[in-house]
Amino acid sequence: MKVIILGCGRVGSTLARSLDSSNHEVTVIDWNEQQFQRLGSNFGGETVIGTGIDEDVLRLAGIEYADVFVAVTNGDNRNIMASQIARTVFDVSHVLTRIYDPVRATMYHQLGLDTVCSTTTMADIMQSKITSEAAIQETAVV
Amino acid sequence: MYIVVVGGGKVGYYLTKTLVNEGYETLLIERNPAKVATFTERFGAVVMRGDGAEAATLQEAGVARAKVVIAVTGDDEDNLVICQMAKTLFNVDHVMARVNNPKNEEIFKRLGIDTTVSVTNLILSYIEQNLPDRELSHLLTLTHSDLAIVEARVSPRSPYVGKALSELKLPPDVAVSAVIRGEHLLIPGPDTHLAPGDDVIALAHRSSEDELRNSLTH
Repeated sequence: MKVIILGCGRVGSTLARSLDSSNHEVTVIDWNEQQFQRLGSNFGGETVIGTGIDEDVLRLAGIEYADVFVAVTNGDNRNIMASQIARTVFDVSHVLTRIYDPVRATMYHQLGLDTVCSTTTMADIMQSKITSEAAIQETAVV
Repeated sequence: MYIVVVGGGKVGYYLTKTLVNEGYETLLIERNPAKVATFTERFGAVVMRGDGAEAATLQEAGVARAKVVIAVTGDDEDNLVICQMAKTLFNVDHVMARVNNPKNEEIFKRLGIDTTVSVTNLILSYIEQNLPDRELSHLLTLTHSDLAIVEARVSPRSPYVGKALSELKLPPDVAVSAVIRGEHLLIPGPDTHLAPGDDVIALAHRSSEDELRNSLTH
């Protein structure tokens, strides 16, 4: 699969390395070249410097041939716009969008984006850990 | 008529000032507290602090009763999301966005933004229409279609020169609407012959513009 990852932060670089090591064709876009250091020396994919809300940059990254586009920069609006360009202009079949703001995540999910809201996901995990630990303690007391 | 402006840069500042002077009920939303303080001192209560891409901010601003929401921040991604939220969550009639990268104008239209303004494109079209060696200029781009009304001057080397309109092999989706010769308007018919120096006004599909330009001006 050809995967384009927008944003080479912790999430983007981790995902890029993992997909690369399972032999997928990975291209990472980030406007800050230094962020590519996170990919490590074994990374076999491509890197493109630029902003993901620019058609020309996306084209340079080979978006016309991409199977998957993942937007994981730290800006919700940038991820939303880049994902909409990937979907509407370039017809990428699978587009994933990370959104921190739960309201925006819900709205764009309804508008057809495949959104991942790290805020609610994290909160849910934390809550289930807290409640299950509390349940264990209660059982222990009984 | 209630108008909400998002983004207190130079464009937002002067736009708000002008709208207020024109008597419109206007609210400016700006993120930076220092700017908000300065603007409030100058404009009074028409400035609100907040992130226009947050639903809570738009709610507090009473965007649901706004006739128009105008997003004029310096970031295209913010302007897009502000407009889409105003439209989707608050059913605002008309959303307008400033577009910084001129290429985004078309993308914004496809993504449901009613009106886009790109200063780069405005200056470009002014140059195209006012420089003497213009080739094909856009007089008007029609909303909701890929059609534009364009104008070009017939060059002496054009293969169209001396031919009747009915004989021309025009590109697909092009309709010649008027021919201006000197100061006279010719209503084109099948027998109208084009002459060098004629200004041709045509309705053309985007995909045919390049071919039309080449045929008329080269």
